[in-house]
Amino acid sequence: MARPPAKAGEDSGADDAPAAPPPGARGRSLLASLLSERREQVLDAWVRAQDRKLESRAGRTSEANVRAECTALLDALELAVAGDYSTDVKSVEYADVTQLVNAMSKDRARQGYSPTETAIAVFSLKDALLGVLEEACADRPELLVTEIKSMNALVDDLGLQTFEAYVAGREEVIVSQQQSMLALSTPVVKLWDGIVALPLIGTLDSERTQTVMENLLVAIVDTESQVAIIDITGVVTVDTSVAQNLLKTVAATRLMGADCIISGIRPQIAQTMVFLGVELGDVVTKATLADAFRVALRMVGANLATASPRP
Amino acid sequence: MERIPIVTMGESLFVTIQVDIDDRLATMLQDDLMERIVATGARGVLIDISTMDMVDSFLGRMFAGIASMSRILDAEVVVIGMRPVVAITLVELGLSLPGVRTALNVGRGMALLNSALTPVVVEGEPADGDDASD
Repeated sequence: MARPPAKAGEDSGADDAPAAPPPGARGRSLLASLLSERREQVLDAWVRAQDRKLESRAGRTSEANVRAECTALLDALELAVAGDYSTDVKSVEYADVTQLVNAMSKDRARQGYSPTETAIAVFSLKDALLGVLEEACADRPELLVTEIKSMNALVDDLGLQTFEAYVAGREEVIVSQQQSMLALSTPVVKLWDGIVALPLIGTLDSERTQTVMENLLVAIVDTESQVAIIDITGVVTVDTSVAQNLLKTVAATRLMGADCIISGIRPQIAQTMVFLGVELGDVVTKATLADAFRVALRMVGANLATASPRP
Repeated sequence: MERIPIVTMGESLFVTIQVDIDDRLATMLQDDLMERIVATGARGVLIDISTMDMVDSFLGRMFAGIASMSRILDAEVVVIGMRPVVAITLVELGLSLPGVRTALNVGRGMALLNSALTPVVVEGEPADGDDASD
């Protein structure tokens, strides 16, 4: 490299066409003509650079795929930088380019690529373009400097774009997982005429409490249940806020006209609750779901008869 | 002037709130209800709120108030058919209506009142000071 590129910030809206006409046709930027004339060279260099930097991860995406992605991106880029291009990738000309970059980054985020790996895909383009630019401007160092400056700013912006899209992709994954977890983990089961049970699994934050409460109350109305059993065997920890949320659910159930039993309190949890000073008030609590069910049956007026006498 | 009707059903009073209830109407209902309890000697009050979409803190407090006042006059209050959204709102407001009995529907409410009023010894149910001779 002839000189380190100057600050990337100073070029917003800069027209990079110098006084001397570029080697390509007039009005067509050097970068664009290089992209079309030396397409194969750029493409090869780009793909090779990605391969080299990601060799440990080789095989995740086939080379053909990478090539296809890169070709599409180069096509779009060539169009975008055809005239006096600005280096602001937010401008209209770059709409296609950013769309491709976004798609690529989101795709990689979903496939589990690391941020570095995703960014390398775009930043490798810098190496590839540097090579061809150096060759094309070997005899005109001052032109080389301007070209490198704007190319550098452009690729950096694209890199930022990649990262934003990558994070957005990850966010989407997280949100969809959260939603499916919320839906999955709050089933209300009918145990008997007038008895519903809600086995809780995982943690009980305020958002989940809301979902749980809604599901339970709607189920109580639908099944006209008198008793609701909340089983917390699967709840990892019960701290003050979880207890608070449980009590809220119990209170709401009572307002609807049903009784609520909390079951599945493990010995450790009982100890923790007492140490924390958690008060469940006058809520009926039972150690196991079976015990709670027995109580619930008595509440709805059903009797359990054992065939053989218990020891 | 609009009023909420109070119907006598045997030993109980029955109120269905089917209009948008504002604070003035609520206060009037409270007054009327207390007068009727004294006049009829009712032992139970059923308040059906199954058509209400919204219960604010004022109404919530009023229900609790009606329950306490009625108990002084020896009448049990049962609030019937509260909707899930209303229940959640009240709980979020910190109003769990202590002392108010609740039931899912009118049938259950009647059954609840009957079991509470007739001095039958039910398992696990303490006799709520009903042993005063009258």
